[in-house]
Amino acid sequence: MNIQNTITRTAAEQALLEAYGHQLSDLPGDGAVLSARDTLLSDLKDAGLPTRRLESWHYTDLRALLRTVPAFDGSAFAEPVEPLAVGSAVLTVINGHADAGQAPEGLHVKRYGESLLDGTAAGDLVERNAEDAIGRINGTFVRDGFEIEILEGTVLAQPLELQIVQGAGQSHSRFPVTFGPRSKATVIERHLSVDGRPSLVSSVSDLIVEDGAEVTWILLQQQGAEDTHLGQLNFELGENASFRLFVINAGGKLVRQEVHGVVTGEGSDFKLRGINLMGGDTLTDVTFTLGHDVANTTSTEIIRNVLFDKARGVFQGQIRVAQDAQKTDAKMACNTLLLSDDADFAAKPELEIFADDVQCGHGATVIDLNPTHLYYLQARGIPENRARAMLVNAFVDEIVEELEDEALIEPLELIISEWLARHA
Amino acid sequence: MLEIRNLHARIAEDGTEIIRGLNLTVKAGEVAAIMGPNGSGKSTLSYILSGREDYEVTEGDILYNGESILELDASERAAKGIFLAFQYPVEIPGVATMQFLKVAMNEQRKYRGEEELKTPDFIRRVKEAAAELKINPDMLKRPLNVGFSGGEKKRAEILQMALLEPNLCILDETDSGLDIDALKIVSDGVNALRSPDRAVIVITHYQRLLEYIVPDTVHVLYKGQVIKTGDKSLALDLEANGYADIIGAAA
Repeated sequence: MNIQNTITRTAAEQALLEAYGHQLSDLPGDGAVLSARDTLLSDLKDAGLPTRRLESWHYTDLRALLRTVPAFDGSAFAEPVEPLAVGSAVLTVINGHADAGQAPEGLHVKRYGESLLDGTAAGDLVERNAEDAIGRINGTFVRDGFEIEILEGTVLAQPLELQIVQGAGQSHSRFPVTFGPRSKATVIERHLSVDGRPSLVSSVSDLIVEDGAEVTWILLQQQGAEDTHLGQLNFELGENASFRLFVINAGGKLVRQEVHGVVTGEGSDFKLRGINLMGGDTLTDVTFTLGHDVANTTSTEIIRNVLFDKARGVFQGQIRVAQDAQKTDAKMACNTLLLSDDADFAAKPELEIFADDVQCGHGATVIDLNPTHLYYLQARGIPENRARAMLVNAFVDEIVEELEDEALIEPLELIISEWLARHA
Repeated sequence: MLEIRNLHARIAEDGTEIIRGLNLTVKAGEVAAIMGPNGSGKSTLSYILSGREDYEVTEGDILYNGESILELDASERAAKGIFLAFQYPVEIPGVATMQFLKVAMNEQRKYRGEEELKTPDFIRRVKEAAAELKINPDMLKRPLNVGFSGGEKKRAEILQMALLEPNLCILDETDSGLDIDALKIVSDGVNALRSPDRAVIVITHYQRLLEYIVPDTVHVLYKGQVIKTGDKSLALDLEANGYADIIGAAA
């Protein structure tokens, strides 16, 4: 007897399987895409949603946490908002539908829906490994997104904002982006919700940063209080390339953001900077893996978490250094400000080092606000609440300021301080 | 302006009594110096006046303009015009100095029911006060006190005092760590604030500062009590003969 058959499906698992049947007729794709979707769905059916028994989902038992799945709602209302930074070029995905608008010069942009229709996307719709629930769900249901190529040597003067706005229901998008050799760009991937009703959003970005490219990618997640956000960002880093990734979570009820990177070119540098703002009865999970596969590369990761109320947070960070990757310099830090006795944060740093001449380190701290700092501010007439808010802001603004661009720093600090004002 | 009556206070955490029946009166317009050997309770007194929560008052009262301030927290006392210039100003990474100054000034104004400062007005005030104290404008672009030298920190304290225009200024060993030029600048800053409706308490180990900020009264603090009060000649006396005679006479 097969034990799998005796496990009853949860309501969410059942809803996902049924949703495929309901959406099948209007999911874009040629035969190859359809067959890739079928494979992913059948894996989803066999494996079910991941539980704590899978190591990479140990702190986020998706099967237990994802109670319901809202039905796809093509008519839900959503509209674009002003871009984060004034003057940005904006590509929108509204309720799951991409609108290419005006692409700036030096860029090739194609709607991902077209790549599904013409079948060129079929090769993308695979899972990373057996525990890749996000890749599986996204690949099964993906409808749109953008395929973007920043041409060799192109320097984008203004940021490019990918604005993914959700009303209610479901949205599954994908963003394969190639940064050509020696190109320079800042991209903002921004997820937000304009509706109080629950939605399920999945999004996968596959980035290739080619030799000598300099890229800043800001992933800003501002989903609604009832929303589930399943995000994944995969990247490959070429020779002498530099990639700065800022992940800012300031929303959602159940959030899992994965970042998986492979450093394949010597002389490259990667920076991950994370800010996770958590409040209410929510869970936010940032899971990060990085492979240093070649010699002479550097990476630093700094994650700052702020938790209020009954919020739960997770950071899993794994750095692998291959045997050939001598002279790797990797440092990871996870600092958490726990501002409630009922909040909870799990940090799991992992180093797997197979080379013998490397510098690798990690550290995790959990702290409360410094009482001496608080007293000093109060002694200048700043009331306790305001003083607390200033110190919490300071804790995360230090990270934002690394962007060194006022056009980005100012709006991000505003979003953060508004979030804190709502939750403090 | 300030009347401390039979004050007893202890460290909240371990109950150690530091202030043991202290009486002190400081009138508007007065500059009072508090001197005393190490461990006599000088800094503790300044913390208690400012409302630091690490200390508990067990007996007695502190009246400021005739009202007890024991129930007020540090920010309320500050907004009512009590200012402590710290012996060791705190570095706060991530809090921009200008933002801190603006929030502090406006929160105090809000508490007193006054209108908030407009940004240009705020910037003008800071620039003027900083120039008086020979503070490099670049310093104001840094996070609060972060990377400031000892002298810069003390000057930044006096800058805050000048901007917040308190009624009762308490200077806790503002002279420590200052070279003679910085001492002059800081003293000029304090003297500029002297006025008939403002009182200043200068806590110091050394007569030196009192050559620049000339006190009206000098009080000797020992084991949590004021054991002798006199005029500025008392400070000179202490400088010449030390504390032993006075302590001996009081015992």
